[in-house]
Amino acid sequence: MAERTMIEAIRMALGRALADDPDVILFGEDIGIDGGVFRATDGLIQRFGSGRVRDTPLSETVIAGMAVGAGATGLKPVAEIQFMGFLYSAIDQLANHAARLRNRTRGRLTCPIVLRAPYGGGIKAPEHHSESAEAMFAHIPGLRVVIPSSPGRAYGLLLSAIRDPDPVLFLEPKRLYRAISEEVPDDGRALPIDRAIVLREGADVTLVSWGAMLTETRAAAETLGEEGISTELIDLSSLKPIDRPTIRTSVAKTGRCVIVHEAPLTAGLGAEIAADLAEHCLTGLLAPVRRVTGYDTVMPYPRIEHHYMPSTDRIAGAVRDVMAFA
Amino acid sequence: MPEPLAFLDAAGRVVGDLPDFARDGDTLRALYTAMVRARAFDTKAIALQRTGRLGTYASSLGQEAISIGLASAMTEDDVFLPSFREHGGQLWRGVTLEELFLYWGGDERGNDFAGPRQDFPVCIPVASQFPHAAGVALALQRKGTPGVAVTVGGDGATSKGDFYEALNVIGAWMLPAVFVINNNQWAISMPRTEQTHAETLADKAIAAGVPGEQVDGNDVVAVRAAAERALARARAGEGPALIECVSYRLGDHTTADDASRYRDEAEVSPHWKAEPLIRLRNHLVVAHGWGKRDEETVLRSCDAEVDAAAEAYLAIAPEPPRAMITHLFATLPADLAALAEDLADG
Ligand SMILES: Cc1ncc(C[n+]2csc(CCOP(=O)(O)OP(=O)(O)O)c2C)c(N)n1
Ligand SMILES: [Mg+2]
Repeated sequence: MAERTMIEAIRMALGRALADDPDVILFGEDIGIDGGVFRATDGLIQRFGSGRVRDTPLSETVIAGMAVGAGATGLKPVAEIQFMGFLYSAIDQLANHAARLRNRTRGRLTCPIVLRAPYGGGIKAPEHHSESAEAMFAHIPGLRVVIPSSPGRAYGLLLSAIRDPDPVLFLEPKRLYRAISEEVPDDGRALPIDRAIVLREGADVTLVSWGAMLTETRAAAETLGEEGISTELIDLSSLKPIDRPTIRTSVAKTGRCVIVHEAPLTAGLGAEIAADLAEHCLTGLLAPVRRVTGYDTVMPYPRIEHHYMPSTDRIAGAVRDVMAFA
Repeated sequence: MPEPLAFLDAAGRVVGDLPDFARDGDTLRALYTAMVRARAFDTKAIALQRTGRLGTYASSLGQEAISIGLASAMTEDDVFLPSFREHGGQLWRGVTLEELFLYWGGDERGNDFAGPRQDFPVCIPVASQFPHAAGVALALQRKGTPGVAVTVGGDGATSKGDFYEALNVIGAWMLPAVFVINNNQWAISMPRTEQTHAETLADKAIAAGVPGEQVDGNDVVAVRAAAERALARARAGEGPALIECVSYRLGDHTTADDASRYRDEAEVSPHWKAEPLIRLRNHLVVAHGWGKRDEETVLRSCDAEVDAAAEAYLAIAPEPPRAMITHLFATLPADLAALAEDLADG
């Protein structure tokens, strides 16, 4: 079987969804003949036609708002926002409409839509092209936020997001688009939504991360393993809802937790996880919960962005700290 | 600038070549009755709010002809996406008085109306309904149904990007959508003249390559005639339209507003002579033998119907607390499911 990168796996999932369900429709900026700026939709317009793979005028408000209207009227829109930095003008439609329509009509109208957007830094993109604003969206009741971390999980989670009858924001760690490949069968199998994934089991410290930061977090885990520190690695995967039981169970076992995210510290999702552990696992904790995150600053331009992103060293250092806590 | 399309002047005199539907007495009586009914609802809603039995309410006083004219031109295939001031159109399309009271009374079940099931509920974030209408139109077009998406926003709404951006896409994609502006001259305290330097709001369609037309929004015949034409074009695949209905907000912005802070009675009073009910009644009297008895019968039956609906609404118990959770998702995530259980016990 052929190995697939994440971008290929996403394209494969989109193709599968279009083939399986005539109500699925793709729209966004430059997703047609250009195949999307990252080529997520490359070749799909040729296979499915310009009626189902549509280039929109340049308007994020319209992309999100049109998804709401079309979703409530029988289609299943899978819309692309070119970069997360341009998602902010769609937040009104997500927060005020997509996330509320089912609730405010008591189930009469629903919003089975997916908004896909590449997010995160590390690819030397211009300003506004490298943000990690997932916490802002995870704060919105009624909206699911999903972030995959491997080609296989991108395929399975995107299919589950598309098949889900409610709105999902699907954030793609663009640093991973072409960084790793693995065998991904095009078997139409969705992964369960709303779940964290235990990537490796360990005894001493629980590491929680998501998206591209799993690369550095995993590398730190390897280094620490050589030092005799056994880490359990959790891919949060579903940022809303948070799979709290999986994290609590792990921390109950290890007694220690380090959370790693690229987004800024304050009011990031690490804070929510740390608070949850303080509420539910306090007596089992052997050390304070630590967060290793981006700084509370604007995403720097590419020449120094690597100083912003949590490094393997910073992560490993935090783990050594919690291990050394008396 | 051409005069807005009109068939009945403020006194109810015929000023144009009446369209066929407007020569039919039954049709005109139905339109008139619908406007009386919407106004009766309005009066009752304000009374209920003043006595603490309804939430903040946006009156449609003086603008009844707009959404009733529109709705009367629509079919069951069409989808209506109202702003917060278009109760008359919702009622015409089959939303019940009781459901409207329930919504404005602060109960989500008011949006779960028994019919028309495909219509959108009231839209509060100004202008955000325009992109929805583009999406509805896209879905109708793709599904091959003959429906058209019809949405209404205010004069203030035409200053928002949502309006321009959605207008642009319905033009670019030739979608079956009709955008309607209820130009009631005010956006809370902001008069139309300060809202934009554009000569008419219909002119805003020009940049999008969409036909725009200004009609007398107090003339239900003109509104319906323009809507029928636009809907027929959209249904035939000939593209979208923008209709600006010029009217006037005779009441406060909402029950939470006090318009005397920013406009004089002298500004308002002349507009009472141009409001939509008087002119149609005058025309009915002259052209269709409408008499005092007809008038009293309609008034009495609308009031009675509205009173009964209000009583029925007031008798409905609020939902249990868990209702704020249980409708959020088709399948509740585990933590919300547990919360819903807790609230049920609570
Ligand atoms: C986006 C947004 N901004 C502000 C408000 C508060 N607000 C409610 S109605 C209104 C004025 C709307 O004026 P217009 O569009 O002319 O509609 P009208 O109320 O006159 O029917 C404002 C500012 C809102 N609901 N939505
Ligand atoms: Mg107004």
